[in-house]
Amino acid sequence: MIVAFIQRAVVQGIPLLFGSTGEIITEKSGNLNLGTAGVMYVGGISGVIGAFLYEQSVETVNPALAVLIPLFSSILGSAFMGLLYSFLTVTLRANQNVTGLALTTFGVGFGNFFGGSLIKLLDSDTPSITLTQTSNCFKQTLPFADKLGWFGDIFLSYSFLAYAAIIIALLASFFFNRTRAGLHLRAVGENPATADAAGINVSKYKYLSTCIGSIIAGFGGLYYVMDYACGVWSNDGFGDRGWLAIALVIFAVWKPNFSILGSILFGGLFIIHNYIPNLSISMQEMFKMTPYVVTIIVLIIISMRRKRETQPPASLGLSYFREER
Amino acid sequence: MGTQAAIELKNITKTFGSVVANKDVCLTVNRGEILSILGENGSGKTTLMNMISGIYFPDHGQIFIDGNEVVIRSPKDAFNYKIGMIHQHFKLVDVFSAAENIILGLDGEDKFNVKQSAEKIKKISEQYGFEIDPNKKIYEMSVSEKQTVEIIKVLYRGADILILDEPTAVLTPQEAQKLFSVLRRMRDDGKAIIIITHKLHEVLSLSDKVAVLRKGEYIGTVTTKDTDESQLTEMMVGKKVDLNISRSKPESTADRLEVKNISCINREGVKLLDDVTFTARSGEILGIAGIAGSGQRELLESIAGLQKLNEGNILYHDPKTGKIDNLRDKTPMQIRDLGVRLSFVPEDRLGMGLVGNMDIIDNMMLRSYRKGKSIFLQRKQPKDLAKKIIEDLEVVTPDANTPVRRLSGGNVQKVLVGREIAASPTVLMAAYPVRGLDINSSYLIYNLLNEQKENGVAVIFVGEDLDVLLELCDRIVVISSGKISGAVDARTATKEEIGLLMTKNCGGETNEH
Repeated sequence: MIVAFIQRAVVQGIPLLFGSTGEIITEKSGNLNLGTAGVMYVGGISGVIGAFLYEQSVETVNPALAVLIPLFSSILGSAFMGLLYSFLTVTLRANQNVTGLALTTFGVGFGNFFGGSLIKLLDSDTPSITLTQTSNCFKQTLPFADKLGWFGDIFLSYSFLAYAAIIIALLASFFFNRTRAGLHLRAVGENPATADAAGINVSKYKYLSTCIGSIIAGFGGLYYVMDYACGVWSNDGFGDRGWLAIALVIFAVWKPNFSILGSILFGGLFIIHNYIPNLSISMQEMFKMTPYVVTIIVLIIISMRRKRETQPPASLGLSYFREER
Repeated sequence: MGTQAAIELKNITKTFGSVVANKDVCLTVNRGEILSILGENGSGKTTLMNMISGIYFPDHGQIFIDGNEVVIRSPKDAFNYKIGMIHQHFKLVDVFSAAENIILGLDGEDKFNVKQSAEKIKKISEQYGFEIDPNKKIYEMSVSEKQTVEIIKVLYRGADILILDEPTAVLTPQEAQKLFSVLRRMRDDGKAIIIITHKLHEVLSLSDKVAVLRKGEYIGTVTTKDTDESQLTEMMVGKKVDLNISRSKPESTADRLEVKNISCINREGVKLLDDVTFTARSGEILGIAGIAGSGQRELLESIAGLQKLNEGNILYHDPKTGKIDNLRDKTPMQIRDLGVRLSFVPEDRLGMGLVGNMDIIDNMMLRSYRKGKSIFLQRKQPKDLAKKIIEDLEVVTPDANTPVRRLSGGNVQKVLVGREIAASPTVLMAAYPVRGLDINSSYLIYNLLNEQKENGVAVIFVGEDLDVLLELCDRIVVISSGKISGAVDARTATKEEIGLLMTKNCGGETNEH
């Protein structure tokens, strides 16, 4: 049962890992994108739209295309969200919190609208879209995984997107700490005036990191639909995972490699109520709160310790204008 | 032509909206030369330098480097022309190490090699006599270390035209001397150096030439050898200014405020104030000298009742009743009612004391809103007070209804100091009241403080400029990392003496472990 629990925890955690890695990349540039929930939602529905159109247009799906088309449409959708956010906050210098919250509302509405429309197109009785064929392509696992007992179950039983999430998080860590562009990006988030004076193009870094961050966060939505939910899209099914991803950013103190473990922990906390027998419904709800409680505790600890390395980027949430005096 | 001009500006003009920041400015700096740029606040010194370093772009005019006309559109362009600027407010990322800050923004391989950079930094340090640990984080550094990082940063980029914006504003006299010797070494090395400063004696001791700006206009360049303080001030201000503070002998002094062994500890358990004892007398200006952040703020706030004390007492002798009160048990409001006034001018000027978005009248009302009898505010008295302050202190503002935020720094300070003085205090604490003010306004404020002193007020003056402290105050206590490291008579003490006290590590610290 423990093996099954860990397995489920990882599957729960992967969307959060995508979301938080994306959000960390965004926040490192000083953009606090509270629209992550919306971005992930749009990433999910865009993938669904792509897969839906493809499944409807052919008899039997080509596995490669069945993966690439939703992937590509998801990238388009979430990159659009990132671009929208950057345009509003970087170019027009709108308030980041307000913009982010608006994007969440917008993203969820966008997803529900198109989700609803597709359901209408199908004319089915159930309020959901089922993309089993596409989902099966996404859920391909290594063929020898189930022959390796518990080791295979825990480490090798996941689909390619799950491994991609972990690799992306590790790459992001490496990027921040070991590359020149990563150093520049961190400088932009810490002190844009300094970065500007050092000849770094602040707007470019903010735009790029927000869009790339959004794309990665969008994969979280895609993974949720195609893998976790077995290709079934139902409106509002995504829940509050977007907010959990933002909480995870704080939990991981803005370090993507920490958020790998953090996401699995959060995933576990999120479902642990299913594995404790004889829980009343109210207790189950209490257990669902644990990820947030843990985040609050982490927040308290890092603000008490006040270690400079664990603080958020110093200019997080502020817009930058060079000639402001 | 024909000269070795490293950089030459011709008729540079820059406007912000309707404000002319620079008008037809012409400058020439040769290699192996230090040029000072002198001017009052708002005379456009920093704007001019920002145009050379690519932060702003000039509306008109030309810039020549080594005789060739150039266009500098961004800081990157400036680096390419080997121009390096050390800003007044350091442009450093706090959580990065020195080395990371130095290589920031440089092109190179995608993976950076900290070791290699550290070696190059070491070489530069040795050449010019810096001491720096490349791996130290900026937030762990002192101000002068941060400045060193800034200078190495531009040298690392191979800059041979250096611009320093008020580099000594935050340094102790000793640190400033060290900086000057480094700058002289760079000059002898053939670099062109431009230094912006308010301080006349620095200009005279360091530079080869002085260029003067007044209200954005270029007044002229003089050779340092052939000039003196009064000529430079006249060029700066446009009229003759009396540079002497008329310090009267303190009369009928009596103990007014006794600070006895106070200590306070912050949340991390660091001692901000450690066993501080001194007495402020009426009719006297008591100066408090110290490096910024040595506990001056906490000290004044304890007296005003804003800072919780862990130990010690603050005794106030009431001049009317002769009673002795312990301020430690009183609320800030009660302390204010006794006539103890604090006017603190923080680095950002508006942080404490004034509300930026409110107009002058409303800011006056912040101190009097409790006085009315009904639930409605009475705007009559504050309005009169605002008008009086605007008139008396020559505050430049369209009217009394302008939000304070829109006033220039000097005028904001006049409003703040004016309001506190208007309450006819018995103890007036002024912290950095002339911070960033030009000569004219500074002397206005000094005279105000002197006036208060002559009226029998105990004035406590926290200042940065030691020359002023020595000229204005009667006694000076020096504070160093929360401890009083010495008290001197301002009439006999020297700057070096105070400077040494400022950096003195009190004996107790080494014994404590």
